[in-house]
Amino acid sequence: MRYLKWFIRWINNRILAIPGRVIALLFVAALFLFPLITTESYFLRILTLTGIFAIYAASWDLLAGFTGQVNLGQAAFFGVSVYTASLLNIHLNLPIWATIPLGALAAVLIGLLTCLPAVRLRGFYLALVTLSFPIILNGVVLIFTDYTGGELGLSGIGRLSESRVTDYYLVQIVMLVVVFLMYKFTDAGSKMVRTALIFHAIREDEITARASGIDTTRYKMVAFAMSGFFAGIAGGLYAHYMRIAGPSTLELIFSFQAILWTIFGGIGTIYGAVVGVYILYPLIEVMRLNPLGEKIQVVVFSLILIFTLLFMPQGLSTWVRDKIEVICPRCKTINIWSRKKCRSCRAALHLEKRDWQSEKGASNDIDL
Amino acid sequence: MIANILINGLITGGVFAILALGFALVFGVAKILNLAHTAFYMIAAFFICTTSVMLGLPLLLSAVIAVLFTGLLGMACYKLLLDRVKKHETAVMIISLAVGMLFQEILLITFSGAYRRVPPFIPGFTELLGVRVSYQHLLAIGVSGLVLLGIWALLGKTRLGKAVRAVAEDYEIANVMGINVSWICTLTNGLSAGLAGVAGAVVAPLYMVQPYMWMHPLIMVLAAVVLGGLGSAKGSVIAALILGFAETLVIFLVPGGSFLRGAISLCVMVAVLMFRPEGLFGVAFEEERL
Repeated sequence: MRYLKWFIRWINNRILAIPGRVIALLFVAALFLFPLITTESYFLRILTLTGIFAIYAASWDLLAGFTGQVNLGQAAFFGVSVYTASLLNIHLNLPIWATIPLGALAAVLIGLLTCLPAVRLRGFYLALVTLSFPIILNGVVLIFTDYTGGELGLSGIGRLSESRVTDYYLVQIVMLVVVFLMYKFTDAGSKMVRTALIFHAIREDEITARASGIDTTRYKMVAFAMSGFFAGIAGGLYAHYMRIAGPSTLELIFSFQAILWTIFGGIGTIYGAVVGVYILYPLIEVMRLNPLGEKIQVVVFSLILIFTLLFMPQGLSTWVRDKIEVICPRCKTINIWSRKKCRSCRAALHLEKRDWQSEKGASNDIDL
Repeated sequence: MIANILINGLITGGVFAILALGFALVFGVAKILNLAHTAFYMIAAFFICTTSVMLGLPLLLSAVIAVLFTGLLGMACYKLLLDRVKKHETAVMIISLAVGMLFQEILLITFSGAYRRVPPFIPGFTELLGVRVSYQHLLAIGVSGLVLLGIWALLGKTRLGKAVRAVAEDYEIANVMGINVSWICTLTNGLSAGLAGVAGAVVAPLYMVQPYMWMHPLIMVLAAVVLGGLGSAKGSVIAALILGFAETLVIFLVPGGSFLRGAISLCVMVAVLMFRPEGLFGVAFEEERL
């Protein structure tokens, strides 16, 4: 009984009192209940892919939004994992619980390889050098046509699971777990993981971080490896779900998609990446149903992006969060916007416009 | 064979050099990384294709209009979109990329993905070093050389060039000295888009005109600019020539090389950056707060 009471209070104070978390809870519930509404394979397919891409986009956010290492070649991690997982599955007949982690490890390897030039470079140089890695890998794919299938790619990869619905649940659960892990790894307020704080320090001011005794090179490599690992998990899932591995996973546009989704949802928040993917990807896919929509899908995509950046550069989720949540000026507790007084310390919330409130997206001022 | 490589390398390198120069100029002056840069090159090619083949305007006239048009379009893009988010470097990259994709899709919808051809400005060919070289190839080399010289003269010898260099050197001091910084930035963007337009006009009769033609040059321009050192106009031109020749060599000497051309040029870039992180002609990183 005591535990139940404690649990209810915990739910009440930690989730129901904070609007952002209520939305997250509703989102998770909706994800799990979705197959009860429809099990039509078309919709399940879209949402399964959405889940995979959510991991992929969040892994970009981990590297770019938190550590400040803007990687324009995230597809390299994804693609390497796709190819590794498929080759292992086809030639060695390894099951999915082996191929996906091994694919992710291959992506970690590529992440560390990217580090070789990347830790010495900053800003634009870094962005442009990372851009080249997927293209170089694409060249490798085209050279070793015997193993990689060249332009046509590989096919005949084992299924993720027996049915579409199981696939769906598997991907969504992996997505939630992985995204939660990433969220925790990048939570600078965390008392358990110090890495997050160091990542933030590197993003804000690398030289100060180094002056404070942080081995920035090592932590940048950790960031690259982590981002590679999570992108690799997405890649492995993708290979087994689509059951085809082609060079399209290494394309330039695929790297950019991670960036577009994340920027739309809100960079530097992890959950923003998930929001971005879950809104944009199904929207674009559904648009493809009618012929006019299929023609103008990229136009709509680009226009959404341009207007997002012009009018709410901090991204959708951050914009909404700033509207519905108010941080208590005294005790930093998060309150719903409709409250007049802070729920824990009774300080007035809306008395005066303070600088930290009026500065739009100040917390999100991420530079290269 | 060698003469073939030489001529094609000069053309590819020259075109990349014009594109990279415009890109480096905008980066140096307005401090923005305009990923839509090569989209202007594509637009110019399409513009010439439409006006000359469909509307029947004389080629030279349509080329001139195309260059002016892309210049104005570049200015408009900068004023309406990029200038507003200049503070966020990532935002600039993403917006410019979105603009490039927007142009690509608009062209794809209006003209479909079919490959188009533009007739050469000067038909016919001549013998040079024992190879048949069309006049259009020679024209492309000549125009690239002239344009590069012209820009060099503009930057080095005129008052406007001085102002541009001053803004690139120090934004605030230039403003204090009475230079209209915002106008110089807009003008540089127009100039750079116009340069991209010239490149497009030059290659329109040589390559196929299609809505995806901006992607490969974009990668090469980025590689050239990084290889040469960001913001260094001289460096980016030389790097573009190096990459152009590397690409041509790969295409001619390696079987199936046209698939690998991007990959190998980029390997060259990464290899150079491993040993010289600031690029060939860039200034070494100062340990300063950005």
